[in-house]
Amino acid sequence: MSTTTAPEPVIRCEKLTKRFGAFTAVDAISFAVAPGEIFGFLGANGAGKTTAMRMLCGLLGPTEGRASVAGFDVFTQPERIKQHIGYMSQKFSLYEDLTVAENIRFYGGVYGLATAAIRGKTDALLQRLGLQGERNTLVGSLPLGWKQKLAFSVALLHDPAVVFLDEPTGGVDPITRRQFWDLIYEAAARGVTLFITTHYMDEAEYCDRVSIMVDGKIEALDTPAGLKQQFGVDTMDEVFLHLARGAKNAE
Amino acid sequence: MKAFLMFVRKEFYHIFRDPRTLLVLFGMPVALVTLFGFALTNEIKNADVAVLDYDKGVHARQVQNRLFSSGYFGLRDYARSYPDVSAAFRRGQVKLAVVFPAGFSQDLDHLGHAQVQLVADASDQNTAISLVNYATAIIRSYEQEAAPRRSGAPGPRVEAVSRLYFNPGLKAAYTFVPGTMALILLLVSAMLTSITIAREKETGTMEVLLVSPMRQLPIIIGKILPYFLLSFINGLIILALGVWALHIPERGSLPLLIAETLLYILVALTLGVLISTRAASQQTAMLISMLALLLPTLILSGFLFPIESMPLPLQTISRLIPARYFIVILKGIMIKGLGLRELWRETAVLLGMAGGLLLLALGSLKNRLA
Repeated sequence: MSTTTAPEPVIRCEKLTKRFGAFTAVDAISFAVAPGEIFGFLGANGAGKTTAMRMLCGLLGPTEGRASVAGFDVFTQPERIKQHIGYMSQKFSLYEDLTVAENIRFYGGVYGLATAAIRGKTDALLQRLGLQGERNTLVGSLPLGWKQKLAFSVALLHDPAVVFLDEPTGGVDPITRRQFWDLIYEAAARGVTLFITTHYMDEAEYCDRVSIMVDGKIEALDTPAGLKQQFGVDTMDEVFLHLARGAKNAE
Repeated sequence: MKAFLMFVRKEFYHIFRDPRTLLVLFGMPVALVTLFGFALTNEIKNADVAVLDYDKGVHARQVQNRLFSSGYFGLRDYARSYPDVSAAFRRGQVKLAVVFPAGFSQDLDHLGHAQVQLVADASDQNTAISLVNYATAIIRSYEQEAAPRRSGAPGPRVEAVSRLYFNPGLKAAYTFVPGTMALILLLVSAMLTSITIAREKETGTMEVLLVSPMRQLPIIIGKILPYFLLSFINGLIILALGVWALHIPERGSLPLLIAETLLYILVALTLGVLISTRAASQQTAMLISMLALLLPTLILSGFLFPIESMPLPLQTISRLIPARYFIVILKGIMIKGLGLRELWRETAVLLGMAGGLLLLALGSLKNRLA
């Protein structure tokens, strides 16, 4: 997918900047993400990824620039944005002492879904994941891979336009990771935009486009193939190392 | 609203599925109040008693038999004069002295009433009060049983006149139990809520909640509400223990007492939320609530040490301790039977604290997690 033909970007940033005192965490980044695109948001720790993502999620007010997510302005309508995005963190963010069904019902309620809608979605979701038998199992006793899939499905429960995935595959084995990416592709095929941060370069290869942040700036932004060509290397690993080597704000 | 109710339901799941929470909530207060209460009240069993019998008549003997067969009192000393009694008190040999004046039996038979004097060692106020109460009750029962023998005439009256030794004003009496109640309600309520938000931070669910359309205020209130209801039950249990097990009177208005307890619980809960918005982990939250609440409350609330005798800086700090006001309120309502007219100042302070802490917690949650 390319941005030039996309109708209206779901995420649009123009010179988006965040300063904490004298420190510029995010330095005038600009990019646009199309509906249904899988957008990889890469960068070393401390490069400003998290800060940028928090601004886009409506958690943190930007200092300068412009940005909109799902058609809502990051400066003036952060609460509207929250209605239309999903979020999944590295920790999977489910309540371990609640059952599978209770977790789904809780998050459905938080997003204001009607009880009947939640019931229907719960059935569909459990069926898709093959978890019907685990409906009343405490999430704490599920294997990690299942929790991860469940967390992702819960993030999609309210049909958000964009889902932000913050290192969603941390601590998961390669096979489970591959299965997880199947879910991501399915969601993208339905038109959901996926905004993913990751440290795994093989995952970066799965993305439609990848941006790499260094010291608060986006230093590279293209398809994985385009990036490899641009830097004259064979793997995304090398692209990343090439760029990250010059970083000043690495942790 | 639906999101909020969902949230409250979730909180109840957390509470009821974690036996430790329930234990802290209900087990600890009951154990502590009982422990503290009885440790000081001293269950009365075979308390040492001196008898000074100027009467030596049949009634005096029978009253003595009653006392010493009750199991509560044991005869330690047969005194011959008041100085004997004083000496026994000073040596700490006896806790109670029973003095039958000369002519006790004769007065009772012929006049229908007589006086007996109870002298108690009030350096230990709670024990002194209990001893006098027990002894009075036993003497009453004797007087009632003696009544039918003289049908027609009004029953004989034995007046027990008590005198408290060492501390007749009983200034510090009843301090301990209200203090313990204030301390425990504060600790349990604040500790439990302080852990809950810290736990959500640890598991990463707080992040998700903040990215969700749910606002901060419903999150905080949703956290407080379940604990508010449970702490209320807890407060009732503690009050009941205080009244029935530890014999604190309840002279004032019960609805007022309950309302004030609820207000105090609210202050404690918001305090807990404030702590947990600042603490990164459950352990930190637990430690902060222990250190920041237990010691200052113990030392500066007037619970153990009178505020008037503290140095001025500490007196000023003690104004920040919610328990200080609640202890005044508890004692005012229960022991002195005061009403809102006398206690509005303390009530207003607690109300202000609850509101202020809620705002602080809200601001803190916004700043820390955003």
